Amino acid sequence: MKLKEYPKIYLYKRVVHAKMYIDKNFFEALNLNLVSDEATFSKFHFIRLFKTIYSLTPHQYLRKVRMENAKFLLAQGHSITGACERSGFESVSTFTSLFKKENGTTPAVYRQLKLALRNEMKFQPNHFIPNCFAAVNELKKSNFEEVA
Amino acid sequence: MISKLSHVSIYVLDQSSAREFYVNKLGFKIHTDAPMGPDTQWLTVTPPDQPDLEIAIMPVKEGMTFTKESAKAMRTLIENGTFGFGVFECHDIYATYEELKAKGVKFKKEPTKEFYGIEALFQDDSGNWFSLGQKN
Repeated sequence: MKLKEYPKIYLYKRVVHAKMYIDKNFFEALNLNLVSDEATFSKFHFIRLFKTIYSLTPHQYLRKVRMENAKFLLAQGHSITGACERSGFESVSTFTSLFKKENGTTPAVYRQLKLALRNEMKFQPNHFIPNCFAAVNELKKSNFEEVA
Repeated sequence: MISKLSHVSIYVLDQSSAREFYVNKLGFKIHTDAPMGPDTQWLTVTPPDQPDLEIAIMPVKEGMTFTKESAKAMRTLIENGTFGFGVFECHDIYATYEELKAKGVKFKKEPTKEFYGIEALFQDDSGNWFSLGQKN
């Protein structure tokens, strides 16, 4: 069956539009009514369709996008408060407890580990580049040479 | 005994444009971003649900694994859409197709039912082709 023959494609377009609205506006004070309005669905119908397509409710998806963004900002060196605020979380305490629950560590430890990793990538890149590529680029001698 | 594939390379015309495509359009995550010579990074990305398969975004240019002539030939082949690099899977192909299309990704084939599942074909920003599939 071709896409144009697919009977519910107009529904997909509206749900995808709402998902992309979340992706673009997650840092705002979004609520479900705003998002379902964006998809021009009733709240109940919207939640059901969204979950069918993405296996998460819109609320769970919004929380996931916010958490991913906060992790990205922490890895870039933003403060915990900054990452929390710029990702749309209501308070640092809510963010910190949710972060620990979902990632098994605190935002502070996560940030510290990611910054250490970032520094290592910057100053010791050959720790991360497989030999077959590094040797070609003369970043380090190939292990093959050592064996021979 | 070999147990699994950990890295695979995709050759691209422009590494920085490819980063934007794979991260912001396809939604892949950056795994490693380390300097590897002048104006080049060792850049690997992973599909969202497959964090242990690193896809290395390799620019085609002289001085990497290419001579001047072979880089020119490779760039022409990529631009002409010669290479099909692989198959990506998704949970819902109609939703994924609508989202990627809205983000400006070029499709060669819209989602179509085949005997092995539903398949679409899309192109990255360099000209490499991929199949997008949803299993039956």
